[in-house]
Amino acid sequence: MNIIYMLLAISVFVALIFFALFIYSVKKGQYDDTYTPSVRMLFEDELVKEDASRKNKTSNKTVTKPETEPVIAQE
Amino acid sequence: MANCFHCGDACLDIEIKHEEKSFCCHGCKTVFDILHDNDLSYYYDLEKTPGISPKEIAGKYDFLDNETIVEKLLEFNDGSTQIVSFLIPSIHCSSCIWILENLNKLNSAVKSSQVNFPEKTVRITFNGSSAEALGGTRAKENSLKNLVILLSRIGYEPYISLDDSERKEKYINRSIIYKLGIAGFAFGNVMFLSFPEYFEHSEFWLDQFKPFFRWLMFAFSLPVVLYSGSGYFTSAYKGLRSKILNIDVPIAIGIAVLFIRSTIDIVMDWGTGYFDSLTGLIFFLLLGKFFQQKTYSYLSFERDYKSYFPIAVTRLFKNPEGKTLEEQAEVYTVKKGDRLLIRNNEIIPVDAILIKGNALIDYSFVTGEAEPISKQSGDKLFAGGKQQAGILEVEVLKPVAQSYLTQLWSNDVFSKDKTGVFENITDSISKRFTVILLSIAFISTIFWLMVDPSKAFNVFTSVLIVACPCAIALAAPFTLGNVLRIFGREKLYLKEASVIEQMAKVDAVVFDKTGTLTTNQKNLITYEGIALSAEEKKLLTSTLRASSHPLSRSLYNILDKNDIQTLDDFEEEIGKGISATFNDNSIKVGSYEFVGFYEWLDSELKNRTTVHISANKVYKGCYIFNSEYRKGVAEIFEQLGNDKDVIVLSGDNEGERERLETLLPKGTKLYFNQKPDDKLDFIKNLQQNGKKVLMIGDGLNDAGALKQSDVGFVISENTNVFSPASDGILDASQFKKIADYLNFSKKGVKIIKWAFLLSLLYNLVGLSFAVTGHLRPVVAAILMPLSSISIVVFTTIATQYIGKKLRMDINKEI
Repeated sequence: MNIIYMLLAISVFVALIFFALFIYSVKKGQYDDTYTPSVRMLFEDELVKEDASRKNKTSNKTVTKPETEPVIAQE
Repeated sequence: MANCFHCGDACLDIEIKHEEKSFCCHGCKTVFDILHDNDLSYYYDLEKTPGISPKEIAGKYDFLDNETIVEKLLEFNDGSTQIVSFLIPSIHCSSCIWILENLNKLNSAVKSSQVNFPEKTVRITFNGSSAEALGGTRAKENSLKNLVILLSRIGYEPYISLDDSERKEKYINRSIIYKLGIAGFAFGNVMFLSFPEYFEHSEFWLDQFKPFFRWLMFAFSLPVVLYSGSGYFTSAYKGLRSKILNIDVPIAIGIAVLFIRSTIDIVMDWGTGYFDSLTGLIFFLLLGKFFQQKTYSYLSFERDYKSYFPIAVTRLFKNPEGKTLEEQAEVYTVKKGDRLLIRNNEIIPVDAILIKGNALIDYSFVTGEAEPISKQSGDKLFAGGKQQAGILEVEVLKPVAQSYLTQLWSNDVFSKDKTGVFENITDSISKRFTVILLSIAFISTIFWLMVDPSKAFNVFTSVLIVACPCAIALAAPFTLGNVLRIFGREKLYLKEASVIEQMAKVDAVVFDKTGTLTTNQKNLITYEGIALSAEEKKLLTSTLRASSHPLSRSLYNILDKNDIQTLDDFEEEIGKGISATFNDNSIKVGSYEFVGFYEWLDSELKNRTTVHISANKVYKGCYIFNSEYRKGVAEIFEQLGNDKDVIVLSGDNEGERERLETLLPKGTKLYFNQKPDDKLDFIKNLQQNGKKVLMIGDGLNDAGALKQSDVGFVISENTNVFSPASDGILDASQFKKIADYLNFSKKGVKIIKWAFLLSLLYNLVGLSFAVTGHLRPVVAAILMPLSSISIVVFTTIATQYIGKKLRMDINKEI
């Protein structure tokens, strides 16, 4: 039954690891904004698709750029 | 009528058809084009009409050419990488998050951007030295300006104010989460370790491990007592030093006794001790504290004039050749004698003398005067006014920190911390509670010393342990936390829970007039005089259409807009009026003097806002602008007047006295021409007469009164815009519910009192165990969480019930 000492030590150790991770994540500010990530994760798929379509249109990009710039000049 | 594809507003004046979509203005269409050209149309798929119509910004951000200002705004700068955070009040939906986090597609200098939705901020990492920074060939310091302009062009204009120039390191106090985490962690582990001994008294293996378990529990509870519970010891010490028996005194005694008794128990091998109750107690107490905090992170309750004033201003200076040049200067560097240029819609940040230009200055936010005031050159202009007609040149009299308006902030009230001054409801009961508790402890100890001295120590500690007022301490935080959330749902945003207790005690309500009792729009326009013919009406509409004066705009909005004519001749004399001709008809619109008559017909009109009209040199009449009072003002005054003093303090002139007197119930006290300091002193006077004052205001001129009052609320039409420091922000649409809210807070306090009664019953049960010397750890371990949880359940159900009733009452009134 002396294995109990061992088991307890391990379980407390594992618990402490998780506890340390919790403190770390709080410190890093993960709990400061609990709303935005919930919205952001729904964008992810769309973002990848957008990126892919943009790579295909690299030639387009150079064309669209100058079009937007004159607008600034007007402002 | 079509609605704008971008912002969702109805297309009133014009409707622009573009790519089979309707837009209400060119701004909206431009944003659509920018997004469309950059493959960002997904913006419109996420939400319907998510957009914000961009505002005119030409020249507004020129101050970002000034490197010292840019440096102050940047959070981080190593030459090639810059980080900046902006507050963007217009963030409101998931489309906003998406577009702002895809800024890099609009401006390749942006490396990444992250939105914090609750705080309405975006943090942008960008490459300042990138040659590709929007705007192309410009130097690197311009890329912040370009970024701001880009944001403004797509409708997300950042809010940059004087406050940003002294950005302190943002410090977020997360200690309550750490404390709660440690207490919860230890509580769970200690529970498991103490479990075996609840059920077995002597068993071979249990006896073997007992000491090990016990010392492990001791180790777990050490950080709980020393760190998580430390706040209670310091608070109790502070209370005792200022001779107040606050609720933390019996709690601190309870914690200390629990810990010492348990340690002695395991050292002497008398028993397992009460480590589970100890950690559980602290865990529940902290939970209550945590629940009581509900922050509306996008609202700020601590703002002063700095968040209202601009960060920079255009300064004129002469170069050696004697030519006058403009430069963007930080507001703090402006000195007496400097010449400044104030553009249309800019705020004057200093006291100054008008040198050149037509000043029409809106002081409504600063002094409470409802009307924009015309000033001639040579007149003194006070800081805080907003110029509304063209460009001004002024000479500085006093720098920003010494101006007439900002002087208000040097008053003592602003340096005093309001929290902790009031005795809260829990502390008031704790006074008697602590005395009774200690006397019970001593009496029972003396009794047992005589009967059975071996039990005396046990009884003494048991009494202090079991009577530890955990449930009492939880009653207020959970009730107030719930009430706070219910108020939030009903659009009254409170700074902290203790405000509710103060609300319940209020017996005098003071209202500001301009912006508080009245709406900011002036829609109530009446006409007096000879009726205008159809021809004259048409001419009037066409004339007003061309003018940008605020009064012209609002008058134009109420008139029929048929057959707009192109005028033959149009001339606007800023601050005076407009004259126009069409065919053979001429019209003059403006002040009485301007229209061509020099003596007043009616002296009563003098204090009112009027626009006079003469057609073909014959005086016709005038439009009278009445400030529109919020709906339900009279009812509110009547409801409040039943058991409270109701007072109106206005910074405006007496022009509205008669109207107010007829509108409001008899006996309402009205005070006019009140300067900011007068308001503050008035509140102070009321308080010295023993009144608990609720001040309701809206502008900077109320800032002192709001701070001085017991409870200060700000009325806000739009919670995004600036509001002075206060205890709560009330959405203007909920104005007529103020009386309901005050009643609701009273009910909340009543619930707390019932919860006290309930927890005292638990204490009686516990004490009966303790005094007779029967308190075993398992009893304490059951009783303590049971009482705490039942209090939490009781207060939650009760507050939700009255919250539902509040909602039903409100709906009924509508």
